[in-house]
Amino acid sequence: MNLRNIGIVYRKELREALRDRRTLISSLLVPLLLFPLLTAGIGAAFSALIGKAKEEVPAVMILGGDDSPGILAELRGSGKIKIVPTTQNWKDAVINKEIRAAIEIPAGFQDDVAHEKSATLLIHNYEGDVKSSIATGNIQKGLEKYRDRIVHDNLAAKNLPETAFKPFEIKEHNVAPPEKVGGAAFGGVIGYMVILLCLTGSMYPAMDLTAGEKERGTMETILSSPIARVDLVFGKFFLVLTTALVTAALSVTSMGVSFAVLGHLHAFDTAGADAAQLQLHIGIYTVLSIFIMVLPVAVLFSAGVMTVSLFAKSYKEAQSYVSPLMFIVIIPAVAAMLPIDLTAKLALVPILNASLLCKELVTGTYHWNFIAIIFFSTCVYAAAALFLAVKMFQREDVLFRS
Amino acid sequence: MIETRGLTKTFKDKKRGEIRAVDNVSFVCKPGEIYGLLGANGAGKTTTLRLLATILEPTDGTAIVCGYDVVEAPEKVRANVGFLSTATALYPRLTSQEMVEYFGRLNGLDEATLKKRVDDIFTRLDMNSFRDRRCDKLSTGMKQKTSIARTLVHDPPVMIFDEPTLGLDIMTARTIVGFIRECRQRGKTVIFSTHVMSEVEKLCDIIGIIQSGKLLAEGSLAALRSRYSENDLEEIFVKVVAPHYAGQEAN
Repeated sequence: MNLRNIGIVYRKELREALRDRRTLISSLLVPLLLFPLLTAGIGAAFSALIGKAKEEVPAVMILGGDDSPGILAELRGSGKIKIVPTTQNWKDAVINKEIRAAIEIPAGFQDDVAHEKSATLLIHNYEGDVKSSIATGNIQKGLEKYRDRIVHDNLAAKNLPETAFKPFEIKEHNVAPPEKVGGAAFGGVIGYMVILLCLTGSMYPAMDLTAGEKERGTMETILSSPIARVDLVFGKFFLVLTTALVTAALSVTSMGVSFAVLGHLHAFDTAGADAAQLQLHIGIYTVLSIFIMVLPVAVLFSAGVMTVSLFAKSYKEAQSYVSPLMFIVIIPAVAAMLPIDLTAKLALVPILNASLLCKELVTGTYHWNFIAIIFFSTCVYAAAALFLAVKMFQREDVLFRS
Repeated sequence: MIETRGLTKTFKDKKRGEIRAVDNVSFVCKPGEIYGLLGANGAGKTTTLRLLATILEPTDGTAIVCGYDVVEAPEKVRANVGFLSTATALYPRLTSQEMVEYFGRLNGLDEATLKKRVDDIFTRLDMNSFRDRRCDKLSTGMKQKTSIARTLVHDPPVMIFDEPTLGLDIMTARTIVGFIRECRQRGKTVIFSTHVMSEVEKLCDIIGIIQSGKLLAEGSLAALRSRYSENDLEEIFVKVVAPHYAGQEAN
């Protein structure tokens, strides 16, 4: 191997890549803009829509309750719902979203409550409709307050303490630090995104530098120069690897910034979660360890996509060969988002192992034995892919396929 | 100097079986001489020249180029060869100068020598007006000049041209023909393939007629005229090739 020649090829390929609009869009622009648009953009739009839905005072019908003026007065006075005159086709009104819910008060409800008999209020709603859910929530909150007041009065009338009804409270207390909470929520997604974007980042340049060169007729030109084919492969490979890693790095940065901004805006609050808990805290060491683990994966992808693309006679043909690779990568990467724990056997499964490990690293968990197995096994797979790429570049039937 | 010894190249084809693209070809081409490889389409010209440029590896036999064996020292052979064909395209996103410099560096030139060499070539070929223009923005003539500069940058003693004027307009083709002549004047060993008879008559010191991968006839134009009792090169070519051509067509 001649490092000087590898460097010459790498610099030339880098120069060409930086002048290629398609490479710049796929490797720089897309990862930089994808997450802000996906997370902040869609998140902001989502929170704005939810906020708007929450601001709306939902129209509700009351079915029955003529003999229960107490609860009727309570509902009318809540201010969180707007009582509209009841019609016969109230069910259609809910389905057609003319009203958000209907409250059914059984006959003799007030008497039953006064005599401490069990009674049931039924809220008819549209399951899955956000505005109907918000209306149901508002009604439930109002009714729970009313019920608590009745319980309080009943207990007071009998000279019983509040604890007679509620002898103990149940509360949750999170002991995990915020970064682990955030990591548990987003770790799988981060591993998935980093791995997937490593692949997408490597795809365009790998196809352009192999099948693209064949199509443009520059392959024969470069093969007529004295450079050894192994040096040519490495020069091209390092460029593909660079774009894969740059794409992944930019994606993670962009994703981190997007989450930070989103957390800061408390956008999750409106979705019902605790924004402070879901904030993603990724330290520089975690980022570095993710990249060290992703490096052999990126090598594997870069060499793999180059090898596959080299078979093709044209860029279009290469696209049809490379596209199925997306599925091979997506399936194990998605699997890491499922509640699967890393085991010694899974540590040997390419892509899935790195994806699961990324999830652990984000939560700040370091199983060194697994890290060692995954790093070395992925290095072996990557070396095999690179070896194959070099071999492919030495095969005349591949280079001059017609 | 180029010397081929029983040069053979076979390809495997799923439908047609084994194809002998170059079949036991032996010839010698000396410095200051232009060797013209004349043949129809598919005769084996391009494969022969690709073997000499070590882009392909021979199945059997070998060739010695500037003292280096194409099988044993392909990189040394390529360092001594300038290879130009219509298939050797330019990198579209590099400028003309960057293209030539890239190949100069790959040929091991240091930066000072490279600069001097590039300046000389660009002046000699009148390329200074477009040296900073990207190759995908060049006219056909400018592209050909850039390709010539690319083959010349390391000043190779052997020049291999594979149908260099194919598809070019008359003016651009004349530039190429002039350049090939200049190479001979500079004492380089030149081999080029074509099926254009007029180019062969104008340029070649030795003519080799190839068909079905076999070198069927060889000699100077005068020697071939005398041997086949024909003055017209096209008639000589037909006389040599026709029996084999019919067989090939039947296949």
